[in-house]
Formats: sequence, structure tokens, C-alpha cells
Amino acid sequence: MRNLFPGLIVGIIFGAGLALSDMVNPARVQAFLDVAGDWDPTLMFVMGAALVPSALAYLIRRRMTRPLLGDLFAIPESRTLDRRLLVGAAMFGVGWGLVGFCPGPAVAGLVLGAWQPWLFVVAMLAGMALHHVFTATHATAPSYKG
Amino acid sequence: MEAMTPFVAIGGGLLIGSAAGLLLLLTGRVAGVSGMIASATRMGSGGTPWSQATAFIVGLPIGAALIALLVRTPEVIVTSSVPLLIVAGLLVGFGTRLGNGCTSGHGVCGMARLSPRSLAATATFMASAAATVFILRHVIGG
Repeated sequence: MRNLFPGLIVGIIFGAGLALSDMVNPARVQAFLDVAGDWDPTLMFVMGAALVPSALAYLIRRRMTRPLLGDLFAIPESRTLDRRLLVGAAMFGVGWGLVGFCPGPAVAGLVLGAWQPWLFVVAMLAGMALHHVFTATHATAPSYKG
Repeated sequence: MEAMTPFVAIGGGLLIGSAAGLLLLLTGRVAGVSGMIASATRMGSGGTPWSQATAFIVGLPIGAALIALLVRTPEVIVTSSVPLLIVAGLLVGFGTRLGNGCTSGHGVCGMARLSPRSLAATATFMASAAATVFILRHVIGG
């Protein structure tokens, strides 16, 4: 219960935010990314607003020795930029731009009546599985602490 | 596509950021959706407990459904073809794992704590996404 309840509540608030702000709509996201077209600033407002409470929480966190319901803060400490990070981010961006779905909105949008999020999520899971197999067979790969 | 006021967008953004902040303060975890999906499907490396990650992922569509019931049903306008959806899904799945995060983990959580890795990742995926849309709409589609 210590894991289940906070996970569920936070997921619900997160999903509600994605739906309220229309980020579940790929057309809205692509309109933001289309800087040479009829540009839509919505995503900028959403991300800008999201950063405020998120940053506040990281500031509060500095005064805490442990999380309220957990034993330790598991925050990535690595500061080094490597090729994996940048290649991965670039690949993600291409996929995101192609259709306008990123992981959160695609999952949240599963229940909004469209079939496309289902196909996208299945393909995304396949992509994650490919990466999982790929790293398992490359034992020399650096560990993922990023 | 319906018009969207900045106030609604800001309201939604505040919910997303509050959720991320709440998860950090309650459980000490980063609310990155791609990492949560990986943990929920036991493909993760981050160590978020399976039950917490799964509950989070299940919560996302519940939250969206609540907005559809209580506020309005968001439009989901997808113009992409089936092959494009599959290719994009594969790229997003593989890329977010290779790059350790997506719009939420790097964009909302990482940038909020000024992580250099997240700032670089966010700049990179924003640029490659914008370049992709440009090619799609103004080079090929133009």
C-alpha cells in the first residue's frame, strides 16, 4: 500500500493534467512543434507551468533527509553528457515529431475513444523491449545511472 | 481543432508539475513516464518498485477519463498512417530508454532541478522533433 496508493494518486493527477491541457491531442503537440507553420504555444504554457511546482518540490526536498513515505531519494546524480543520452533523445524527438505522441499522453489517451494510442503504445513497448534485449546482449555497456 | 486558452494550459501544467513534485516528496522518485513504463513492464533499470510504477501508469488514463467526465472530452486528432504510428512508437520506446527519459522525466522533472543531462536531452528532443515536423510538413508535404 505504501507504494500503490501514492503511485495511483500521482498518476491520476498527472493524467488529469495531460487531458486538461490537451497534451493528449497529437495535433496540438505537432502544432507546437511546427515552428514554421501555424504555431500553437499551448505546450510552452503547459511545460512552463509544470516546472513551477516541480522546481518548488526539489527546493523543499533539500530540507528533507528522506521522503515522507520512503527511505531515500532516488534522484539521478550523473552530470555527464554522453552519446547515449543525446542519441536516445534525438531518436525520441523524431518519433515524437512524426506523430505527436510521447509516452505519458499516449497512455493517458488510451481511454479517450481513439484507437491510435493503442497501436502507438504497443509499438512503443516493442521499442523498449528491443532496447532491453539490445543492452542485455551488450554486457560491456555502461550502467544506467543517469 | 478547438481554441485553447493559456489559462487552461497553465492549469493543466500545474497539475502535471504538482503530480511530479508530490511523487518526489512522498516516495523520493522521479515522475518520468517512460521510466515508469519500463519499471511496470519489468524492463526498468531505475528501481522504482513495480507496484508503484504500475499504479502510476494505471492512474494516467483514469485521470484523463475524469477530465473527460467532469470537464470536457479532449480531442485526440491523429492524422498519421498505421506504418508511421508503428515507426514512431518504436523510436519513442527505444529512444526514451537509450536516453533515460522523455518529456516528463527530462522535461518536467530534470529541468526543474537544472540537471545538465536533462537540459541537454530536452534541447535535443525538442530540436529533433521540430526538425521532423518541419520536414514532414514543409519539405515532403509542402
